[in-house]
Amino acid sequence: MATPPKIPVILSEVEGPGVASRDASTTTKMGAPSLQSKGGKATNPSRTVFLKTIQAALLAVALCFSLGAGNASIRYNDLSHRMMCTCSCAQLLGECNHVGCPASGPMLNELSAAISTGATDKQILASFAAKYGVTVLAAPPTSGFSLVAWIAPFAVFAAALLGTILLVRHWSVGRTQPVQVSDPAMDALREKIRHETEASGL
Amino acid sequence: MATLGSFALLIALALAAYNLLAGALALRLIATGQPARISPERLADTARRAGIAGFYAVTVAAFALVYSVFTNDFSITYILQHSNRALPGPYKFAALWSGQEGSLLLWAWLLGTYGFVLRLTHKTDVKLYAYAGTILAGVQVFFLSVVNFAAPPFSLLKGAIPDDGNGLNPLLQYPEMVIHPPMLYLGYVGFTVPFCFALGALMMRYPGERWIKVTRVWTMVTWLFLTCGIFLGMHWAYAVLGWGGYWGWDPVENASFMPWLTGTAFLHSVMMQERKGMMKSWNVWLIFATFLLTLLGTLLTRAGLVSSVHAFAQSSIGSWFYIFMLIVLAVCIFTYVLQRSHLKSDQHLESLVSRESSFLFNNLVLLVACFVILWGTLFPILSEYVQGSKVTVGAPFYNRVAIPIGLFLLFLTGVGPLLPWRATSLRAIRRNFVVPSIALWGTAIVCMAVGDWPWKNGAFDPGNFYALIGFSLSAAVFAAILSEFLRGGAVIARQTKRNLFYGIWLLTRRNTRRYGGYIIHIGVVIVVVGLCGSAFNRSEERELALHGTLPIGPYVLECVGFTQDSNLNYNSEYALLDVYKNGKKLFQMSPEKRVYLASQQPQTMVAIHSVPGWDLYVVYEGTNPDTGQPIIKAFLNPLVGWIWAGVAFIVWGTFIALVPSLSPATAALRVPATRAVPTEPVFKGGD
Repeated sequence: MATPPKIPVILSEVEGPGVASRDASTTTKMGAPSLQSKGGKATNPSRTVFLKTIQAALLAVALCFSLGAGNASIRYNDLSHRMMCTCSCAQLLGECNHVGCPASGPMLNELSAAISTGATDKQILASFAAKYGVTVLAAPPTSGFSLVAWIAPFAVFAAALLGTILLVRHWSVGRTQPVQVSDPAMDALREKIRHETEASGL
Repeated sequence: MATLGSFALLIALALAAYNLLAGALALRLIATGQPARISPERLADTARRAGIAGFYAVTVAAFALVYSVFTNDFSITYILQHSNRALPGPYKFAALWSGQEGSLLLWAWLLGTYGFVLRLTHKTDVKLYAYAGTILAGVQVFFLSVVNFAAPPFSLLKGAIPDDGNGLNPLLQYPEMVIHPPMLYLGYVGFTVPFCFALGALMMRYPGERWIKVTRVWTMVTWLFLTCGIFLGMHWAYAVLGWGGYWGWDPVENASFMPWLTGTAFLHSVMMQERKGMMKSWNVWLIFATFLLTLLGTLLTRAGLVSSVHAFAQSSIGSWFYIFMLIVLAVCIFTYVLQRSHLKSDQHLESLVSRESSFLFNNLVLLVACFVILWGTLFPILSEYVQGSKVTVGAPFYNRVAIPIGLFLLFLTGVGPLLPWRATSLRAIRRNFVVPSIALWGTAIVCMAVGDWPWKNGAFDPGNFYALIGFSLSAAVFAAILSEFLRGGAVIARQTKRNLFYGIWLLTRRNTRRYGGYIIHIGVVIVVVGLCGSAFNRSEERELALHGTLPIGPYVLECVGFTQDSNLNYNSEYALLDVYKNGKKLFQMSPEKRVYLASQQPQTMVAIHSVPGWDLYVVYEGTNPDTGQPIIKAFLNPLVGWIWAGVAFIVWGTFIALVPSLSPATAALRVPATRAVPTEPVFKGGD
């Protein structure tokens, strides 16, 4: 019988949001002080919630690529999903369910041991890359030529967005009258249609 | 049968070649008006008939292969490698596409079928169809050449013929595998038809936008097939591969997704051309790109350029595809350069804040998404070329790069319908955006209140953050679409003095394309909600002794037995698990592991219990050799069922969009005579 892959330390992985009550209390803690302004003057609660949510969203975007997970089980789960299994099953290490996989069990043991030594995420990933080759990393490194992999999509997106905006602005500024001869009856009809459509929301 | 099949393929190639040459000659004669001994129209008709006959020839070849599978003709190498005597009947069909040669024959047959329909309906527009049919014949010549000379499916075995075959890949022995590949191929191959119409219309400088209408129907049908194919593939991966997920950003998955993105972009931008005479060059290139991407996807997965869990059919046919792609690209560029004056836009955009501009940005985002996926798929090759070593571009890369782009696209899906054509006022924007904005912020607050907080144990969790954004945007888009239906339905209900539902029904019937499109968008929203659920997946793994338990979420799984079974095709062992909730037994699940006798390959058979809130997904992973006890892994995957439900909406919406709208005359019959039709704010056409 083939040996199945094993998760040696953590049999339970909870990838979810955690306990609802904790999150609810977090919400309350964050929300409560903001109901009053500095001088104790009452502010509009909906406006405060709105502003706080905007701030949270912006902060989250800023931290999106910089923060790592906090505790061991989350780190284990996170790191096992940032590396590939080397048994050529082409699956993430944390998801390899390849029956009889000779690689994922020892690698997960190694990961667990590395986390318990207190090594940082970066050090653990570097040690795995040194041992198994850079292909063990599930995403390109953010250094050297591989950095291009990360930059190019956003650069292309930004360039395309900017180009499109400039093009549309150019068209709208340099727009001339339509070439076809103006028909007052048609113009009136178009205006009526436009007016009625906008008025009825259609 | 091998001789018949090989002969039929040769005949099919000869007929396709005649179709191409005679068709091209006839069209040349018609275009130049040169005198000829034979009437060009008659020559073009013989070419068309040759195309029809070619379909019959490929059908005979496909039948010969299927017949050989069913009669266990192991003298044919392909049958020996992909079938065995004990293989159940439905899976014998699957043998047709389980390997390189068979799947290329399927491709050629589907192409022949599309060509058959196209050539039979030529009276719609004889000249345009003649161009399209001739170009299609060129594509057929390529694929038939490949199956005749590079990957022949009827190669005979040298030496003694074994008594039994090697069997079908266990991964393919699943009911959906009888539907998923043909559906995907129908989508892939189908994009050849809009490509042929676009290229043909450009070559002949087709006047007006009518070719767009013809192409749109073909594109929508093809797009629907590809959509169903992709989602069937996702469901197959979910139910068979046993890793609890449905999309792994594998190169083969990416290869099917890229033409879907450009095809979707085309279906949106084509509305600009129909209504405003804009984006003509863009649309032509979108279709060209879509066809080229189907070829590139095939090249990537079959030529061994990238490693993939699906790359079952790697071989040396890559060079054939390289050459063909270069030829296609050269023809496209040459034709475009020659005829580009024909594609001059009639109008330009007037405002950044308008429906036209939202279509433009929608196209931009779809194209960027396509670029990202292509970039990620090809980057390992580029990396190897530049720095001498490959890097892996897996799910973490796509999740970080593609998800934000996808969310932006979802945002545009909601914004687009709220903007009127040409330009709008700030007041109108404010009025239209009130309800979606309330839905967005309301959902965000509710989600955070129930636990979808972007921080977990003091650390930022991108999964939760994206889920929060996804849920909120989905609510906003749904509100925007719903308000469109309600607003329009209410106007008609008032005018017809009927109820709101009748108003919505008539509204949809009067502009099936627009409101069918909205239903597709609702489907997309439902799919996104399902995808967001993956941020909250949980899993538990445990060795289970008899009466051992495994708690997960609200359930407790109790092992009540392990047993074995066998038949001619495979041996299996499975667990019997009673599932309890709040101490009450609800149902029993039996995850299974099989070992197929012919191939001696193991395969898990997942047990899934699906409810609207989540899927309980149980995998029998095998037995621990030290203890002899089975290992069970259970997943609780929230909202997965929503993904499949969303697809049903997409299919429904596409069918509605394909139905012709009620003509104004017919529509007038449905309202009281006193209600003059011109006063109604709903007009036929548009999106």
